[in-house]
Amino acid sequence: MNTPIYLDYSATTPCDPRVVERMVPYFTDTFGNAASRSHSFGWTAEAAVEEARSQVAQLIGAHPKEVLWTSGSTEANNLAIKGVAQMYKQKGNHLITAVTEHKAVLDPMKYLETQGYEVTWLEVDDQGHVDLKQLEAAITDKTILVSLMAANNEVGTAHPIEQIGAICKAKGTLFHTDATQAPGKLPLDVEAQHVDLMSLSAHKMYGPKGVGCLYVRRKNPRVRLTSQMDGGGHERGMRSGTLNVTGIVGMGEAARISREEMDTAVPKLIALRDRLQDRILKELPDAVINGDPEHRLPHLTNISFPYVEGESLLMGIKEVAVSSGSACTSASLEPSYVLKSLGLGDELAHSSIRFSLGRFTTEEEVDFAADRVITEVKRLREMSPLWEMVQEGVDLSQVKWTMH
Amino acid sequence: MAYSDKVLDHYQNPRNVGSLDKDANDVGTGVVGAPECGDVMKLQIKVDDGGKIVDAKFKTYGCGSAIASSSLATEWLKGTTVDAAAEIKNTQIVEELSLPPVKIHCSVLAEDAIKAAIEDWKRKNGKLPAAEEAQS
Repeated sequence: MNTPIYLDYSATTPCDPRVVERMVPYFTDTFGNAASRSHSFGWTAEAAVEEARSQVAQLIGAHPKEVLWTSGSTEANNLAIKGVAQMYKQKGNHLITAVTEHKAVLDPMKYLETQGYEVTWLEVDDQGHVDLKQLEAAITDKTILVSLMAANNEVGTAHPIEQIGAICKAKGTLFHTDATQAPGKLPLDVEAQHVDLMSLSAHKMYGPKGVGCLYVRRKNPRVRLTSQMDGGGHERGMRSGTLNVTGIVGMGEAARISREEMDTAVPKLIALRDRLQDRILKELPDAVINGDPEHRLPHLTNISFPYVEGESLLMGIKEVAVSSGSACTSASLEPSYVLKSLGLGDELAHSSIRFSLGRFTTEEEVDFAADRVITEVKRLREMSPLWEMVQEGVDLSQVKWTMH
Repeated sequence: MAYSDKVLDHYQNPRNVGSLDKDANDVGTGVVGAPECGDVMKLQIKVDDGGKIVDAKFKTYGCGSAIASSSLATEWLKGTTVDAAAEIKNTQIVEELSLPPVKIHCSVLAEDAIKAAIEDWKRKNGKLPAAEEAQS
């Protein structure tokens, strides 16, 4: 076993070697521009792009023509949200999202607020779920888009997108879902789930960085978008720019593997994730699982360790690569807004660690990571005045702290 | 974030972790910070009749830099006098540990903890000026 151990697959995944193998010829031999219509270099590239388009379409139950290539999920989210808002502004100026969405959804929404649009920011419960009744009640005849993610990137809570899609369809508003975390982990089917727009990214499914796509429904209803970049009119005029053929080939192969191996991958991920979680909870019974323990991504668990601060814990387990909700790991010095939205106190948000496992994670790695965490939490607790107070029977919520 | 070697050393081998009897008359205790801010420091000094600090202990909930700042503070406190301890400035801690700007608050907290511990000891031993005594 080599260290450091990578347990941050929700941040990014390594490319699957099969993906790389498929990509390599497109760097050198078949390097053509997919938009070149006058020679075989272009035709070969175009054929490769269309094959990848079919592979991605199959992953989500779409028609290939409904898949638009982008540089990743952030661009896809921007294109979906701003593109719909601008195209449908005659119909209405109201959009709905939730406070736990990724910044790539929240920030385009905030931008639209400065442009005269109105946004409803749905709150979530302590597991990260929106209230579907509240969602339904928020939709008016001015609502043009609902954007809710398939699964949350920090705590893993999976939204019931089929029910959300049904509500949007019944109310006649478009439904966009950022499904970046979902491929190969949660079932995706744009028909059954009534999804009108879906953002995906290759590098979260063992493909390369810098490529993603936006699914845009072609009928029932036909969704139109205002393009966000002006240029050569690629991708049915909705996204100009020479296609990243190599990356697209990689994303197609990554989508094929994710789809074909999902049935075997998911039980394996759940078993490893639960092994990690159970081992930690057995030794540290006051650790807290954040999010929905049932309806969540199979490869992820977000755990808070009371009385221990997250950044110091990360320092102690530096052989294990994970993410923390602690302020100290972000530029803003604010703890995770997602964990705070779930109602976690700042001190629990500060002490949270996100473990996300993947295709190449082994039992040996999971055991090593759990043992390192257990040892380090125990060491830091011995150093923690909060732990000492709790052992003495002090109620921390009653202590008068000196703020600084 | 890259930590200086000195921060890493204090984090991995913290000096003087522990507690002194907070009810003893020759012990001064300072607890500063708040859990929601991400750091709480408890710093204790034991002072002899001549005003010399004969022992110092800390416990810290916080990032590596906060742990290192308090660990370093206890090293400096041991063997010095209460009067000299009151002169320790956060900038000296910043310099010794090469703390980056974003971690300066850790050193401020350590300075505050030293001052709070000294004040507690003075209060117990009737050494605070009358006005401050009334306030506290």
